[in-house]
Amino acid sequence: MNFFLLSILKAAVVAFVLLTTLAYLQWVERKVIAHIQVRMGPYRVGPHGLLQPLADVIKLITKEDLIPPHVNKFVYLMAPFLAVTMALISISVIPFGSEIHVFGTSTWMQLTDLNIGLLFILAVSSMGVYGIALAGWASNNKYSLLGGLRSSAQMISYELPLSIAIASPLLLVNTLSLREIVQAQTGSILHWNILRWPAPQIVSFLVFLIAGFAETNRVPFDLPEAENELVAGFHTEYSSMKFAAFFMAEYANMVTVSCMTAILFLGGWQPLFSPAWGSNYVPTLIFVVAGLIAISHGLNPARKFDRITLPITGVVFLLVGALFLVPAVQEALIPLFWFAAKVGAILFLYIWIRGTLPRFRYDQLMRFAWKVLFPIALANLLVTGLVVALQ
Amino acid sequence: MSGPPLTWYLILSAVLFALGVAGFLFRKSVITIFMSIELMLNAVNLSFVAFSYQLKQVSGHIFAFFVMVVAAAEAAVGLAIILTVFKNRETLNVDQVNSMKY
Amino acid sequence: MDVILFLVFAIAAVVCAVNVVVQTHPISSAISLIGVMASLAVLYLLLGAEFLAMAQIIVYAGAVMVLFVFVIMLLNAGSEAKRGRSLTAQLLGFPLLIVFLALASYFIQRFYPGNTPVLFGTFKGGTAQMIGRALFTQYLLPFEVTSVLILIAIVGAVVLARKEL
Repeated sequence: MNFFLLSILKAAVVAFVLLTTLAYLQWVERKVIAHIQVRMGPYRVGPHGLLQPLADVIKLITKEDLIPPHVNKFVYLMAPFLAVTMALISISVIPFGSEIHVFGTSTWMQLTDLNIGLLFILAVSSMGVYGIALAGWASNNKYSLLGGLRSSAQMISYELPLSIAIASPLLLVNTLSLREIVQAQTGSILHWNILRWPAPQIVSFLVFLIAGFAETNRVPFDLPEAENELVAGFHTEYSSMKFAAFFMAEYANMVTVSCMTAILFLGGWQPLFSPAWGSNYVPTLIFVVAGLIAISHGLNPARKFDRITLPITGVVFLLVGALFLVPAVQEALIPLFWFAAKVGAILFLYIWIRGTLPRFRYDQLMRFAWKVLFPIALANLLVTGLVVALQ
Repeated sequence: MSGPPLTWYLILSAVLFALGVAGFLFRKSVITIFMSIELMLNAVNLSFVAFSYQLKQVSGHIFAFFVMVVAAAEAAVGLAIILTVFKNRETLNVDQVNSMKY
Repeated sequence: MDVILFLVFAIAAVVCAVNVVVQTHPISSAISLIGVMASLAVLYLLLGAEFLAMAQIIVYAGAVMVLFVFVIMLLNAGSEAKRGRSLTAQLLGFPLLIVFLALASYFIQRFYPGNTPVLFGTFKGGTAQMIGRALFTQYLLPFEVTSVLILIAIVGAVVLARKEL
């Protein structure tokens, strides 16, 4: 098939899946945080609140889109656009799976593979700082300015431990291309970068995760946008779609950092143990067990309408589990399943920590970056380099 | 279809450098003068990379890399100096910072 | 295709550079300078300098310009006042500039030897491996010296910007 046509098709599929994921990520977050806080979360709009993202989108689109008269118009309108563009561009180099054969040609499940793919993601996340800094400045409001300045200072401070934490597994794989980083971790869990002999990258993984939390302005580092500290910080003066743009940018950044963690440390789309030991049946097993549990709960449910929704969910899960056994789609779906499982686990970690930890004060945050994380990342790089060189 | 000749890159570098010099000479705000200096440095980097393409060596890239590093260090110190001058003179206009005594 | 890409990003770079010099408010100049750096990064990619293009965006557009934007926000720099311009300069300036640039372009084109066309993908020596190898073997001394330079810059900036007790 023509290269351009294939690229456009891949881009359309990735864009659609990404935007749906962003919408439903918000639903997952609200449900998980609600259950951590022993309450229900969105429940009424559609079965178990599944149509809540749709309702939110409708609300945000139809809200009055006002531009306050005292703002610098060009920068005010450009800032959310910049934030969202930079957040969404970084998905274009992420490998979702291995090679598949579709429509007569073979192609990789990745929009494009740059041989400096890792640097591209770092570059795009550096540019993402501008969206927030300029939004804070353009709003002509002292709370927004303070929020914007604090947030951008936090993001550039944590870029440093982030980059150094990325450098340590690079010493083990010797390539900057994301596709080759994943391919270098073939084998089982013992070949993933986090547990790879001779230099397991556990410290680097933790530093990357913590710096990733700070880069995306999530709890416990979300002082710049905390509602009860700074009157919502840099997005105080934004309404409707521009506000939605900032939130979409934040969730897209979360997804990017989770994908990068999965690729750099957890082996990307590689399975937990090699297919020779039967790892191709793990997705089927998981979905069938989940379906059976859903159906068994549906037989005497706690709420009346769960008598309908739980069995339907169970049947859907069983069908998906059966889908994984079809050999025609197996080569596409199984790497996708493993990748989605790892990214989903890290996103769940993000949401779990948001529901559990209090937030840092700003000076504690900056001190943590420069005096704790940065030396730890440097020491880890030194030790990894030493071990690799002496091998 | 062939690409643009290398001289076009050199002409672009000359134009950007000339614009940087013009900004440096004609602007009054010290921050804009600083940004014109960064523009000049970028123009020179483009020249280095263009010549490195011509001679098929990587030394041009290395030199451009060093120019970038020095420009970053210079921006840090220069902006700190600007902050100090602003704290003492309360103006960012270079015409008014024209004597050692305030 | 290469010609179209070059023309698009070269014109973007020149327009943004003119904006840097012409705009009165420093933030507009700063945003235009970010535009110049991004366009130059694409031109580096066309010249085969992929590592340098990414370094340009990470270091220059993503760190140095953020510093500029911070300082402009902190100092609350306002627009410069427009001064009176002499009519002679305006009438003569632009045509003379165009003539000067045309002469410079002509001389560069005519007398520059070896006018190779720049095709994307011809120069493969700009990868991270090649730059790393050169940086750590042939240019090791300048590399270590720049690290001392950066240390001096950090110490200088911290000393200059701290509160006087």
